[in-house]
Amino acid sequence: MEVLAGVVEWFADPANWSGTDGVPNRVFQHVWYSVVATVLALIIALPLGLTVGHTGRGGALAINLSNIGRSVPSFGIIILAFLLAGFGFTPALVALTALAIPPIVTNSYVGVRAVDPEVRDSAEGMGLTGWQVLRDVEVPVAMPLIMAGVRTSAVQVVSTATLAAFVGLGGLGRYIFDGLQTQNLPEVIAGAILVAGLAVLTELGLSRVQKTVVPKGLQASHQQTAVHAQVQSASG
Amino acid sequence: MTGQILAVEILNWDWVGRNLDTVGGRLVEHIVLTLVPVALGFLFAFPLALAAIRWPRLYAPLLGFTGFLFTIPSLALFVLMIPFTGLSVTTAIVPLTLYTLLILVRNTVEGLNAVPRDVREAAEAMGYTPLRQLFRVELPLALPVIIAGLRIATVTTIGLVTITAVIGQGGLGFFFITGFTRSFPTALTVGLTLSVALAVIADLGLLGVQRVMTPWQREAA
Amino acid sequence: MITFDGVTKRFPGGMTAVDDLDLEVPEGQVVVFVGPSGCGKTTTLRMVNRMIEPTDGRISIAGDDIMAVSAPALRRGIGYVIQQIGLFPHRTIGENIATVPQLLGWDGQRTTDRVQELADVVGLPDDVLDRYPHQLSGGQRQRVGVARALAVDPPVMLMDEPFGAVDPIVRSRLQDEFLRLQDDVRKTILFVTHDIDEAIKMGDRIAIFSEGGVLEQYDTPENILAEPANDFVSDFLGSERGLKRLALIPASNVEAEAGPVVSRDDRLDSAAETARRYGTDWVVVLDTDGGVVGWIAADQLAGDGTVADLSPRPFRVLVRADDSLRAALNAMVISHTGVAVRVSDDSRYEGVLTRAALTGELK
Repeated sequence: MEVLAGVVEWFADPANWSGTDGVPNRVFQHVWYSVVATVLALIIALPLGLTVGHTGRGGALAINLSNIGRSVPSFGIIILAFLLAGFGFTPALVALTALAIPPIVTNSYVGVRAVDPEVRDSAEGMGLTGWQVLRDVEVPVAMPLIMAGVRTSAVQVVSTATLAAFVGLGGLGRYIFDGLQTQNLPEVIAGAILVAGLAVLTELGLSRVQKTVVPKGLQASHQQTAVHAQVQSASG
Repeated sequence: MTGQILAVEILNWDWVGRNLDTVGGRLVEHIVLTLVPVALGFLFAFPLALAAIRWPRLYAPLLGFTGFLFTIPSLALFVLMIPFTGLSVTTAIVPLTLYTLLILVRNTVEGLNAVPRDVREAAEAMGYTPLRQLFRVELPLALPVIIAGLRIATVTTIGLVTITAVIGQGGLGFFFITGFTRSFPTALTVGLTLSVALAVIADLGLLGVQRVMTPWQREAA
Repeated sequence: MITFDGVTKRFPGGMTAVDDLDLEVPEGQVVVFVGPSGCGKTTTLRMVNRMIEPTDGRISIAGDDIMAVSAPALRRGIGYVIQQIGLFPHRTIGENIATVPQLLGWDGQRTTDRVQELADVVGLPDDVLDRYPHQLSGGQRQRVGVARALAVDPPVMLMDEPFGAVDPIVRSRLQDEFLRLQDDVRKTILFVTHDIDEAIKMGDRIAIFSEGGVLEQYDTPENILAEPANDFVSDFLGSERGLKRLALIPASNVEAEAGPVVSRDDRLDSAAETARRYGTDWVVVLDTDGGVVGWIAADQLAGDGTVADLSPRPFRVLVRADDSLRAALNAMVISHTGVAVRVSDDSRYEGVLTRAALTGELK
């Protein structure tokens, strides 16, 4: 197949491995956007979701947030950020972060609410304060779902960060859009392969992380809950 | 360019009036690009789910594979189709269909597996044939979970359709690109609003369908 | 009639649930399978409607091998009631009861009439027919389960702990209702329970199984209680075996003794003489029709006057001919007199039952 040969050739070309437009730099940019957006989202969403889950107030919003997030096209949000604030890292970052928040809020809320009321009750009965109940009981028990939310968000961010190249940013999406522009199909395909690989690696890497942060007693169920929560990542 | 937008109106009704035909056309295209993949996806997911129930060993690999597809960024999957199907509508339809599989397979399996054992056993003991039992007893009971899956798949697909604008399809996503290339917010506003509205209407519509089809749940509590 | 002929069930992995079972369930009788968990009682039951296929042996109903027809066709002709009931949550109560008639293609009117009839038979109020299962109480759901199993009037019914999920009071009521119903319909019933008391109450015959599906004894409840075949059976019957047996023997089986009886017109000294003659420290007081008024302690029977001057204390429990000896024993224990007073159906005094007579009957 001609295209395949072209793709192999593209990857073999040393010119594509150095400089601003080289693979290492584009991967770095892509990872950088994704990490910053995901960490920001985590900082905002996790306390929100845990608080709502712990207090039980605002639950309907927490549940619906991911529904709302799902119905807003991420591509449109990226362009909206550009039209509102112009070209730049910050507008794109705001858009990516906004898209990453809902799954984490919803999952951490659901995770905390899913703690058996009897477990919460007995924790309070033993004299744990509200904060201690959250830290020692609710968060550990909710960990599988929280991590599933983080995975969903992270994969979604990696995915959507590709679209940021459409409004002029770097990252691996550059290859796809530049290639489409110049009708260089091998470059487009190479970009797609790189993005797909990065997304899959993100998913696998975070599964690893999840295994280490989820308490052992809860590990049996984490696979299933993770799948349950993982409904959003393709929206990028 | 920074800041210039604030001087420009968000929604130019004149433009909307002049382009009603285009807007309508793109809306229809968007609906078609949603319905076809969801319908196709269900057509594939249903037998796959039945197979996963019949042979439970299949379920984990099936979830793994559809989950893997789901992880691949949509733009990447769309452009990976180009060598095979060019910039045709198929290039949009195939990945969109693949994305629905994870949700639809999973919800169909979980829905059917959640049918209480005693109900299944009673049906069998009263002399239901397997196929009749599936369609008259198990599917109606799994319906809420299956429709929940259809809702997620539909809303997700409506969002993903916009990205196919990059490969020359796109439905309402067409207006995202117009809005960007011409720095014309009205087009983006129209595209975004209609796309979100479509998602909400589809979601509520399916919820309504579920209500109508599951009268026993309505009288609950 | 259901016949088990050398029936064996071994599960993959080698566990033997039923071991070479030969057994006949007589037509129109309730046969209860009872035993500890793992004794294969449920497995045996489920082999009858082919929910489980036997490894070996032959099961026939009224002489016909159950393998001769397809499993669904076989099952439509066998009523099946399980503890969890398994009502269809998506169908109304009426639709649930109509399940098998619909599978058999009955026309609408016939089905509706039958549903109505069954609702009456099992004591369901009409207005529940349009409701959904979750809107009913546990006892009502259990009745629906029985009605649904009876829908096409199958000659054979399989019941697996059918009353296990309801509280003891409702269970006892459902058992009584079911026995009354069975008096009318005379189904051939296989009934599984782990509760020996339920087995004794419900069964015309009881099959006691031990672990590994071995049939230890198969007989009437009376005979099993009187003569347990082995240690396993007597252990399973428990330490109250004697009491359980008493519950099965009618009070009419023991002869009532005349007892120290006085009438209200009797003089006190003659009443005291009656007590002395019977060697009791009490007398029974009857009215002129022979009805039981109560009893009076002998030490009150002093001085002039008649029995009518004293106020007799009533017997809290009176025993009739069809009450059980266990009821008689209960009456003895709670009365100061230490005996049970037996009366006829029209409440006339028939005599007293003593502990000695009871013990004699058990020998």
